[in-house]
Amino acid sequence: MSLALHSPVFIVLLPLSASLLCLAFSRIHRKLGAYVVQLALFGALISSLVTMRHVLAEGTKSVHYWMGNWAPPIGIEFVVDPLNTAVACMITFLAFVISFYSKPFLENEDWLHYGGYFTLYGLLTVGLCGMTVTGDVFNMYVYLEIMSLSGYGLIALGGHKSMLAAFRYLLVGTIGASLYLIGIGYLYAMTGSLNMADISERIQPFVNTPLFAFVVACFLIAFGIKMALFPLHGWQPDSYTFSHPGAAGFISGCMSKVPAYAMLRYFFYVFGIHNTVMGALMNVLGIMGICGILIGSVMALAQYDFRRMLAYSSVAQLGYIAVGMAMGNIYGFIGAVLHLINHAFMKSSLFLVVGGIAYRFGEVNLYRLGGLNKKMPVSSIATVLAVLSMIGIPPTCGFFSKWYLMLGAFEGQQYIFIAVLVVSSLLNAIYYVRIVEQMFVQREASLTEIHDPETKLGMPLSMVIPIGVTGLAILILGIYSSSLVTNIVEVGLPEVLLK
Amino acid sequence: MTEIDPRPFLAIGTAFLAALLVSVSHKYPNVREMWSTVASVIMFGLVISMAGGVLDGVTYEYTLFYLTDTIGLTMRVDPAGMIFAALAALLWMPINFYSIGYMRNNHEAMQTGYFAAFALCMGSTMGIAMASNLLTFFIFYEILTISSYPLVLHERDQEALLASRKYLAYTLVSGQLFLAGTVGVYCISGTMDFRAGGFLSLDMASPWVLQLLFVLMIMAGSVKAAVMPLHGWLPAAMVAPTPVSALLHAVAVVKTGAFAVLRVLGFVFGPKLLSQLGIADVLAWAAVITIIASSFIALRQDNLKRRLAFSTIGQLSYIVLGGALLTPLAFKGAYLHLVAHAVMKITLFMCAGCIIVRTHLHNISEMNGIGHKMPVTMGAFAVASLGIAGTPFIIGFISKWNLAMGAIQAGKPLFVAVWVASALLAMAYLMPVVRMAFFRPEPVNDPRRYGLISYCMLIPICFTAILAVLLGVNPELFPPDFYRLAEMASSAITAGWGGGWSD
Repeated sequence: MSLALHSPVFIVLLPLSASLLCLAFSRIHRKLGAYVVQLALFGALISSLVTMRHVLAEGTKSVHYWMGNWAPPIGIEFVVDPLNTAVACMITFLAFVISFYSKPFLENEDWLHYGGYFTLYGLLTVGLCGMTVTGDVFNMYVYLEIMSLSGYGLIALGGHKSMLAAFRYLLVGTIGASLYLIGIGYLYAMTGSLNMADISERIQPFVNTPLFAFVVACFLIAFGIKMALFPLHGWQPDSYTFSHPGAAGFISGCMSKVPAYAMLRYFFYVFGIHNTVMGALMNVLGIMGICGILIGSVMALAQYDFRRMLAYSSVAQLGYIAVGMAMGNIYGFIGAVLHLINHAFMKSSLFLVVGGIAYRFGEVNLYRLGGLNKKMPVSSIATVLAVLSMIGIPPTCGFFSKWYLMLGAFEGQQYIFIAVLVVSSLLNAIYYVRIVEQMFVQREASLTEIHDPETKLGMPLSMVIPIGVTGLAILILGIYSSSLVTNIVEVGLPEVLLK
Repeated sequence: MTEIDPRPFLAIGTAFLAALLVSVSHKYPNVREMWSTVASVIMFGLVISMAGGVLDGVTYEYTLFYLTDTIGLTMRVDPAGMIFAALAALLWMPINFYSIGYMRNNHEAMQTGYFAAFALCMGSTMGIAMASNLLTFFIFYEILTISSYPLVLHERDQEALLASRKYLAYTLVSGQLFLAGTVGVYCISGTMDFRAGGFLSLDMASPWVLQLLFVLMIMAGSVKAAVMPLHGWLPAAMVAPTPVSALLHAVAVVKTGAFAVLRVLGFVFGPKLLSQLGIADVLAWAAVITIIASSFIALRQDNLKRRLAFSTIGQLSYIVLGGALLTPLAFKGAYLHLVAHAVMKITLFMCAGCIIVRTHLHNISEMNGIGHKMPVTMGAFAVASLGIAGTPFIIGFISKWNLAMGAIQAGKPLFVAVWVASALLAMAYLMPVVRMAFFRPEPVNDPRRYGLISYCMLIPICFTAILAVLLGVNPELFPPDFYRLAEMASSAITAGWGGGWSD
């Protein structure tokens, strides 16, 4: 029981310690470090599930965990509510599942690279989980940097142009992180506190000052860069395209979602949306979202590199989340949160499929996928599910987030959002159905096998199973979306929306 | 009276399970076809077992799980849904046997995918027929779109590719608009449950909002029902194998479109609100133009399947027009025509397929004298053609009679003229085929080679042709009793509202 009370901290602590020990273990045996990290990720997954049960059983809005029992606002605290435990579960689940997937890519590496990869991978999970559960603004900065630095590393590991992509991300990402730091500085100057709950009360007298507007703008740009919101997405297509194929699924699935969640948390739980500054900001966010959706989709249409197409599609999908936030009502909020979780699974699944194709054939051109349904049946089925979800065909999960977004748009009488959602679904249909057509209809492409398929399913089992699991998750999340909404999202609704 | 009963979901599940079993047993063609045959019989049994109850006024309802906090994945079998469900289940059996014969005799590739997609289509059609709310309806509507897509794409060549893209473009666009309309309806009314007579009313929103929602929602049904100018996908989709065309035209896709139109007219907006909004007239005139224009286009087609396709476009608009007239008899006629057209058009398409398999002829101009060697096939073709033209004692007459009466009931006798004109046109584009088959000699200098007779294909044709006559002589015959079901559905929709008729 007492251990269960400490579960929030284990979400971060287990992967952190394992990552730090990983290289030492790898020195003993090449693969030992990876097992330690995987074990820790599994532990983190269990901790998030235990935390979620605890939070839901408690019935209160949130559970506070004080680090070293130092009381806030002086001490650092983790605040877990139903919403961020759900996000933490998503992160740890994907991290655990995809860690198996990475291994075949590293088969020929020495201990340093093998261990180093998993160190970075574990640290990335630490950063993401930490950002999600922390209740302290400066602590979030630390996790943001952990996430970014390990992310730069994993992207740079991809080889072939990845250095440049990582460097570019580093430059832009550092600007984002610095802006966040500046924002915190001003926030501290105004309120004298670094604790989110504390700030949310103390900030109220300042909400109409220019300084507050400056802070909010800093946060918007900082998180906008990290979540690759249009027009701050310039770094993202290259990074996703050239990142290490073993980690691309995880990077694309979670690394943009957690900043989105952080933004949502600041705007709805800390600053509150009912003041003039935030009202103006919501409009900006909405316009950014709409532009992102349309331009991201059109750019995706123009790509022939499968990974790059997915990257631009992410720009569009993040636009959905931004639009959901910008609606500023309950349905929009639910839609944004739901899409945040759903899209993580869809995009991971698709990136895993691409990675599998690249692993076996060294091919990423989406016009050379003919006959893949015979060679990689599981990947093809997962692709179909993910594609249906991207277009928004029920009962896959993508439909339900779109449903709530549409409800939100109607309720807010922002009909432009509905038009954009409809148009974007159709654009999605055009560029995703093309892939299904390639896989199932076109004549078999002449591809050279660079890796032995090993199994009948076309890939080593450690790659097939993650693809199958994420693909299936798309369907399961869709079918259980009502319980996700009523039991988790609606319990954790911010108070500003309930008034 | 409402009873909680899982049978609707069992019927849908049977078809989906069959699809799964079919794809698993791709190595054994006989086992594979057995699954879909067994599933079609079980599904028919399940649906028919509910027919008696529905006729006694029982409504079967079941919620599998909740989609959102208030809206469930719910099935409810009312008379209108029963008509469509029974029709689809009844026709799946012959078309399944026919498919087996056609696919094997024509040596088609990808038969596993074909039968799996076919079963999925039937399952989702069941779902559409029995869905109790707009969201459930939409879900199965989209599943149908997706599962019929591989059927259109079956030939896997360039033409099929273009046709399938066109098909997807039309159906997905209209589906998304329907979704937007659905969201709007939910926001102004707070409910999504179909209710006979409609659940929207004038005090919920301003008239222009209601009119906009009506256009958004009716568009989806109209695309699948191929009302002009939204019909472009249907002739293109003729590249699919003939049983698929039969399925698309008679049972699944275009019929769900017509059914969707009737659901929106009768169960969402309701005749009362629509007559206040006055927007149903636009739909009625679109249907009239479609009926006349498509008949003229059909006259000029030499390819038999294309001629039948344009005939379908015209016939489907009968149903749409029936609904748009908003009177009790017109609704009854519309539901009856749903049945009548399905039985007749499936016969015609199966005949066309039979001709293709045995003689590889596609064009009507080359079909001189084939009736001498294929008397049963062409006989069935003649019966169904007469039915399409509305000859008494064949099922088409009964539905058209009711539709015409409905037009008079609405005080718009001009529409009767449309039906008469279209009947004559149907005679003009279908009877020449029969005449050429029976009364012209076979070409002497170019003797044709006939393939073997396949009883797997011939028996289903006879079955549906006889069905057309039997139902024409006595429409109350048969366990589902389509006539009374149609009457129940139309009187429920128009309860308390005579439609300009002062009773």
